[in-house]
Amino acid sequence: MSTASHFVPDRLQTPLERRLKSWESLLMLVAIGIFIANSFASPYFLNAWNLSDATFNFTEKAMIAFAMALLIISGEIDLSVAAIIALASTAMGAAVQVGVGTPGLVLIGLSVGLLCGAFNGILVTGLGLPSIVVTIGTMSLFRGISFIILGDQAYRGYPSDFAFFGQGYVWWVISFEFVLFAIIAAIYAVILHMTNFGRAVYAIGNNATGALFSGIRVARVKFIVFLMTGLMSGVAAVCLTSRLGSTRPSIAFGWELEIVTMVVLGGVSILGGSGSIPGVVIAAFVMGLVTFGLGLLNVPGIVMSIVIGALLISVIALPRLWAMWRPR
Amino acid sequence: MQLELRPDVSVYAAPDVVPLLSISGVTKTFPGVRALSDVSLKLYPGKVTALVGENGAGKSTVVKVLTGIYQPDDGEVRIDGRPVRFPTPQSAESAGVTAIHQETVLFDELSVAENIFLGHAPKGRFGLIDKDTMAARAREILSDIGAKIEPGATLKDLGTANKHLVAIARALSIDARVVIMDEPSAALSHTEIEELYELVEELKRQGKAILFISHKFEEIFRIADFFTVYRDGQMVGEGAISDVSEPELVKMMVGRDVSQIFPERDHNIGDEILVVDKYEHPTEFADIGFTLRRGEILGFYGLVGAGRSEFMQALFGITRPSGGTVKIDGAPVTIHSPADAVKSGIVYVPEDRGRQGAIGALPIFQNVTLPSLARTSRKGFLKLAEEFKLTREYTERLELRAASLDTDVSNLSGGNQQKVVIAKWLATQPKVIILDEPTKGIDIGSKAAVHEFMAELSDQGLAVIMISSEIPEIIGMSDRVIVMREGRIAAELDRANITPETLVSHAAGIREAGL
Amino acid sequence: MKRILASRELLLLVAIGLLLGLISLRFPAFIAPSKLVDVFNDTSPLILLAIGQMIVILTKCIDLSVAANLALTGMVVSLINLAAPGLPITVILAVAIGFGALLGMFNGILVWKLAIPPIVVTLGTMTIFRGVIFLLTDGKWVNSHEMSDAFKAVPRTVIAGLPVLSWIAIAAVILFTVVMTRTSLGRAFYAAGGNPHAATYAGINVGRTQFWAFTISGALAGLTGYLWVSRFAVAYVDVAGGFELTVVAACVIGGVSIMGGIGSVPGALLGALFLGIIANALPVVNISPFWQMAISGGAIIIAVVLNAQANRTPGRIILKRAEHAT
Repeated sequence: MSTASHFVPDRLQTPLERRLKSWESLLMLVAIGIFIANSFASPYFLNAWNLSDATFNFTEKAMIAFAMALLIISGEIDLSVAAIIALASTAMGAAVQVGVGTPGLVLIGLSVGLLCGAFNGILVTGLGLPSIVVTIGTMSLFRGISFIILGDQAYRGYPSDFAFFGQGYVWWVISFEFVLFAIIAAIYAVILHMTNFGRAVYAIGNNATGALFSGIRVARVKFIVFLMTGLMSGVAAVCLTSRLGSTRPSIAFGWELEIVTMVVLGGVSILGGSGSIPGVVIAAFVMGLVTFGLGLLNVPGIVMSIVIGALLISVIALPRLWAMWRPR
Repeated sequence: MQLELRPDVSVYAAPDVVPLLSISGVTKTFPGVRALSDVSLKLYPGKVTALVGENGAGKSTVVKVLTGIYQPDDGEVRIDGRPVRFPTPQSAESAGVTAIHQETVLFDELSVAENIFLGHAPKGRFGLIDKDTMAARAREILSDIGAKIEPGATLKDLGTANKHLVAIARALSIDARVVIMDEPSAALSHTEIEELYELVEELKRQGKAILFISHKFEEIFRIADFFTVYRDGQMVGEGAISDVSEPELVKMMVGRDVSQIFPERDHNIGDEILVVDKYEHPTEFADIGFTLRRGEILGFYGLVGAGRSEFMQALFGITRPSGGTVKIDGAPVTIHSPADAVKSGIVYVPEDRGRQGAIGALPIFQNVTLPSLARTSRKGFLKLAEEFKLTREYTERLELRAASLDTDVSNLSGGNQQKVVIAKWLATQPKVIILDEPTKGIDIGSKAAVHEFMAELSDQGLAVIMISSEIPEIIGMSDRVIVMREGRIAAELDRANITPETLVSHAAGIREAGL
Repeated sequence: MKRILASRELLLLVAIGLLLGLISLRFPAFIAPSKLVDVFNDTSPLILLAIGQMIVILTKCIDLSVAANLALTGMVVSLINLAAPGLPITVILAVAIGFGALLGMFNGILVWKLAIPPIVVTLGTMTIFRGVIFLLTDGKWVNSHEMSDAFKAVPRTVIAGLPVLSWIAIAAVILFTVVMTRTSLGRAFYAAGGNPHAATYAGINVGRTQFWAFTISGALAGLTGYLWVSRFAVAYVDVAGGFELTVVAACVIGGVSIMGGIGSVPGALLGALFLGIIANALPVVNISPFWQMAISGGAIIIAVVLNAQANRTPGRIILKRAEHAT
């Protein structure tokens, strides 16, 4: 091999340097700021049990947000996730009525999630339809089926050991849900950042045609991500149903928008192609802390949504405004 | 004191008429790039001025300045000697400057008449668009340019050539004095190009000043009266076309002498590697069969739309053929996706390099290893060290220039982006490489480099399929040529029989061909 | 125009005809003129919003904040009415349209000047608008007895057999049919969404065109906001909750392509009517209204599948052409 006349180094920045200058670090500062502000604002904030309770604000949503992050990075979206929760929860509730036990309930919840994900995936990847419209449709369809089955009724009577998923604690103040959240976060971080599959997801999101021409099985990868999103909705359905102890067709209403907000706040580009799981994890904490902190100050939920909405727009707008007005 | 480096400007005899439109001292910079530096240009009534230059010389930028899409940082534009400014595309139009752009910039869902008059539709009562007047005027303009198109038809129902005529009609719908044609013949067939030349003659008779941008020298010498040459954003020559020869023009363009000689090759042709038999598709092509040997360059010639790219994309697994078999090294393979093709050792370098080739927002090393991830990873988990190693191996061979292998591909120059795409495919260690119009739209200097590289690949025993519409390239590079016509193989020519006459007659379906 | 009608809108018209025919087989009362007037009147708010949404989607954007805009504007005019019951209705109408347009402009400016993806912008403003209602009212309702009679009368006043609400919808359909087909701005919406790159070359400012689309959508949402709260004689935070998705559904069913550049006012009208007929027919044919959501979901999916088939561009068809030649 000839000696290169022009040496090209592997990297100019180490991955750590990249990370430090990134969106995630900025978001981390925001999270720490909110944490400190909260602890000054309310004497009840720095209490282990209160903080543990606060995690329930985001754990179920975040589980879905991780899969949604992969989906959005790959250039698609799934607005039917909350409706999948409703359908999966309804299926579990119906199973309870015929005496299915806890293991069977979990299996049913997860299977319904997977099936719904597969349905979305087939419509989008098999028929080549735009996912935003397809999942607006399936969102009405899935929740609509719950409404047909339940109307204005509710399913109750879940077995007592089923309560563990949403109400159980693994150790001291560490809830089962929080542990599950951490495990799922780790799994998704590994999938997205350390595997060939994750690399394919990024490639597809940046340039799906280019990825196809590079030998990536684009449709298959997208289909799998839809499956993962459906499965995560099933997992969240198990946790939420267990925590509430009942199923109404309006369960988790409007969650899809909060989940998308969480993903975008976490630095995932809504146009696809970039983002990270650590970012989404921090975004989940930020949203949880804001909700919890305002809750302690007796600020009603709807006002929190203003904060969340403003946060969503400003995290994207501020860097752009800064770039526009910065002296050249 | 600062010394400004300027290339020598070659000025040949210029006419002593006042130019209809002239620009002088125009400069335009983008972040990091000086696209135009103190350039000038003169257009005369009833004359065609050819603007020539390599890619990136600043031709498209000057067109955008003249049509109000870009604002120059410095310099002035004059019409009839009076200074003018074009802050918007409308202001350029109302000053009588119109352009037929390189890409057909039209709207599929609008009607032909609406496409022609978008932005300057005739208004009737209450300021509403007067549809009848619009249709009548559209009909008039279309018949002027000899197009048989209904003004009421929806654009998406028209063929490519008719769409192009609508684009021309759009340019002529404003009362233009200056007509800019940016590579107008690029997408046209032979007869359509002839019609275009007639149109240019007609515009000349009407006294319009025409700026003609083209890569084809034959065309420039046929229809242009004057020429202006840009190189690296600077004006390096101008004059009457009759005073200049083709080599002189080329020298001005590239700044040195470039021979049109193709590289020497070993012609070391080995065993059969690829056998395609009876490949067919319900609508695109039928009965395609051929063999390819190691170290061979097989040319695919044909008119635009003969089905060459369609066949190659089916061979590469982008579309599904309805029948036929492929054998690699004697063993039959099934190709249902590009992934299958890559696995069997067939790779395809598409014509549309920007969209189908590189993934701009990903770093170089991730682009290069994308089809080879199975080799650089373990059990599906990435191994970055392996990826950098593989990337380094192939990018060094191609002498890639970049700040680091972690740089995003979109930050590289066009030539280096192409090197990344080629490195990506070579890293898969393919047996057959398909190059679709490998030199289309690239400048003369880079063309030679691509030819050099193809020769090198074939000498190393790789089998190469080259789709090309350029006869000199087909003749200069191919060991054998397959000519396609209307989705079928019209002829297979060996080295001795490849001549411009045989190629053209088979491609066009003239019976006496080769006799 | 003829061709477009033949392919998309006509198909939908036939589907609506079949739907009505099926219902009338068992329940002839449903197609009595008075009942059809009811159905149309009931669907009018959806028609108004669908027209605005159609224009936004044409430009490759989406407006998820329409229902929240409706609720906020409705609350604002209710509060104005509460504070100054004597204010003439024309002022109320002007405020509703103007305030709605202002909220739409806020969306539009973020999309135009900061190039933030529309789905993100309107997802954000949707929660913000609803939150603002709460801040204005502390969560309290404005009830029927707090509204002046004139304020409540407008949408119900019957002129020539049709309530004013219906007349407003009809006027909007006519006005926007003209705007979309006969004005430069209308054609610019198609151009900006169909081929943004080419639109720039034709001298169309794509961002500004999108801004106007959001403004129109906002103005229509504001107008609908007043009509909604006065018709139901109540204003509160969750008015028309989730309705933005019904509006998008009406557009999709009406043949509007989410990729931009394809759609029409008649399409949006028919899409809205399709959903309106289903909603009104369910109680008549004795199906629980709980079926409505699933049916509209199914309709969206079927519509998007059919639209995709219709818009699929054929390949070059090289062989066919060859056969014709020989």
